[in-house]
Amino acid sequence: MKLTKTLLASTALTVAAGGAIAEGHMAGDMTLVSWGGAYQQSQINAYATPYSENTGVTITWDESSAEAVAKLRAMNEAGNITWDVVDVVAADALRLCDEGLAMEIDPDEQLAPAPDGTSAEDDFGDLLVGDCFIPQIVYSTTFGYRTDMVPEGVEAPNDICDVFDLETYPGMRSLEKRPINNVEWALLCDGVAKEDVYDVLATEEGQEQALAKLDTIKDSVIWWSAGADTPQLLADGEVFIGSTYNGRLFSAIVEQNQPIGMMWDAQVFDLDGWIIPTGLSPEREARALDFVYFATDTQRLADQAKYISYGPARLSSAPLVGQHETLGIDMAPHMPTDPENAKNTFLYNYEFWADYRDDIDAKFQAWLAQ
Amino acid sequence: MSNLIVQNRRPELATFTAPLSGLFGAMFGFVVGNVFGNPWQGALAGVIFGAALAVVLHMAPISRRNGRLGTIAICLIAGLVIGGVGGAVGGAIIGAVLSWFVYWLDSGDYRAGSPIYATSLQVLWDNTFLLICGLIFFFLVAPLVPVMWLSFNAEDFFTFTPEMLSFDPEGYSLKHYRSFFGTEGNPLLGLILGFGAGVALAVVLRVMSGPREVLGWVAPIISLTLIGLVVGKLWGVGGAEWMTPLKNSLIIAPIATVLSVSFGTLAAIGLSQSHVPGRRAIMAILISPMIVPLIISATGMFFFYAPLGNWLEATFGLNQSFVGFVKVILAHAALGIPFVIITVTATLVGFDRSLTRAAANMGADPVTTFFRVQMPLILPGVISGGLFAFITSFDEVVVVLFVGSAQQQTLPWQMFTGLREQISPTILAAATILVTISILLLATVEMLRRRSERLRGMSPS
Repeated sequence: MKLTKTLLASTALTVAAGGAIAEGHMAGDMTLVSWGGAYQQSQINAYATPYSENTGVTITWDESSAEAVAKLRAMNEAGNITWDVVDVVAADALRLCDEGLAMEIDPDEQLAPAPDGTSAEDDFGDLLVGDCFIPQIVYSTTFGYRTDMVPEGVEAPNDICDVFDLETYPGMRSLEKRPINNVEWALLCDGVAKEDVYDVLATEEGQEQALAKLDTIKDSVIWWSAGADTPQLLADGEVFIGSTYNGRLFSAIVEQNQPIGMMWDAQVFDLDGWIIPTGLSPEREARALDFVYFATDTQRLADQAKYISYGPARLSSAPLVGQHETLGIDMAPHMPTDPENAKNTFLYNYEFWADYRDDIDAKFQAWLAQ
Repeated sequence: MSNLIVQNRRPELATFTAPLSGLFGAMFGFVVGNVFGNPWQGALAGVIFGAALAVVLHMAPISRRNGRLGTIAICLIAGLVIGGVGGAVGGAIIGAVLSWFVYWLDSGDYRAGSPIYATSLQVLWDNTFLLICGLIFFFLVAPLVPVMWLSFNAEDFFTFTPEMLSFDPEGYSLKHYRSFFGTEGNPLLGLILGFGAGVALAVVLRVMSGPREVLGWVAPIISLTLIGLVVGKLWGVGGAEWMTPLKNSLIIAPIATVLSVSFGTLAAIGLSQSHVPGRRAIMAILISPMIVPLIISATGMFFFYAPLGNWLEATFGLNQSFVGFVKVILAHAALGIPFVIITVTATLVGFDRSLTRAAANMGADPVTTFFRVQMPLILPGVISGGLFAFITSFDEVVVVLFVGSAQQQTLPWQMFTGLREQISPTILAAATILVTISILLLATVEMLRRRSERLRGMSPS
């Protein structure tokens, strides 16, 4: 641990040297907001510890990403922004950007280029989904199942429609308590072609159809709202199969040795990254930009994959992804982006959900309460 | 008055003892059957076993002690065969309770708590009443048992693993305690110092007030040891996930308590004077934080303290973290004041006003009168109000989430986010430690209170 810290620090030093001239104008402490758990730990190991060792900055963590939008609105209204850099999912970043609560970023000016000189804009490519959003990782929402609860003489589930098949795979399921992802999966298994899913969902009948399909398994579903719920339910044997973020399942399977298998079919990719709130003092803003420049460079993103099975958002980081820091296993086969796992995937449809989220959410909640 | 020794009539076996024992056995049978997936068969087996046990113990010419030991042994072996070590422990407990119940019925002891002239229905009610009292205690305490048990889990889930249930050492570990305390600080030194201080306190108590129960020895030693451990741990505190929140809680709660106690006591004394105008209205306003839903107070406080904090930072150049602590402490003090006012007002009812007049008559100024006459007499109310204020601040999560920022993260805040985001059993270790410390602290405070009463020649109440 000590050795890796110093190694990380020394590689980091060379990168940070460029920014050292501006040091005097930057704040000496900062508050980072993230999700807690293994994910935040990976950020501490890969970015925060080397950064504070280089610069002497004190970093405080706030595990408030889940309510980042609401809290930032309140802070903005009260004129007292206590956060410096905030980790949010892409959809939240787009909302914050629209409301003017997040700062716009010019990738080529404010983010590090790839080691071979490719500009940050090209290195992140399509993943730069908003003007304020600085991508960090690609994660997926996918399924894990209890290997010891697969019925005798039946193949382990490997198709998204197995989730809806109560005859072959009896037992409880856990699904997220929101329509996103669930309605897409329902339509796929109700005979809608993958490319038509969002066209169908845009119609009233399509939404009814999705809920009707979910109705067939409603009595066997436990609804979750925190990413840690499904691993807990699987470990208890309370559910046979359940959806959650792939990193949570990785940690339950590989680090906790639970009898759980991955079912990658129709996994939904989503992005997570940083935003910098507007309204910071110039010193704090300079510090936040300096941190983000460091934390999203090629090496740092690749380092994070040593601790958690989320894919780095930069193309140039992919070849640098190595082995798990303490277990020594190859991380590549556990990445959602691995070709073997990514045979049938979705990308979270930001535009569609920005337009339809409130409407479908209301219908979904009403359906849940029936 | 001569002691009247009543030989209770031994009740009927066939119409009373056996059916009731069967019913009681069915309860255990249901629980055991549930573990193996068929509760109703278990209940049936329980009925048969309970009734049979009643018959055997009623008929067999063996002493009560041997009868109970025999039942425990049989159930223990049966449990061992069915469910391994865990089953054996469960079996022994069931055997002990069931055989106690059978003898309690069979010997007529169940009438012991009721007067001799009580009718059957009155006896039934007396025992039902005791059962209800027992259930209330059970529902209060039982939820804590799995929390403490699970905190020794070897896995990172809230799950009773098969290893835990069969009492296999493999299934248990202290890793959640290790992750609670982190790797920094010097807990060992603190532990040794705390232990020393605890022993010293116990000895002093012993010398000053003579022989006492075991608790009088154990409570001060263990509580000071634990306090030493925590203080030693916090000595060099760094970024530890749980130690920084613990430190913040230990900064915020005591200061907020001191503020609540001072202001609350002053307010209570003032408001108990009959000449204060509008005292009912003032009282209502002061108590309002207790009545208004916390989330409403918290929202209000957020918008009230934000500009106040900004002003403090801008005008006095104070740093953000310090101002954050000031805001949280003031907010918590406001929440604690009502508790102090209520307890102190209640004690003031029994306070004899003529004592203050007597003091004034002898030349004491009001401040001297307060500290030397009034304060000692209302001290119990002040202390219990202070305890409530401390607990309010120490347990509070809503207001600190609104008013505080990450630098003031308190223990309940950390527990809240930890529970929501990761469901890690570290939280159970934290809960177990907190529960243990508060039980021992209260026991020590009680010991000290009894000692001072004994010294003052009052009987312990």
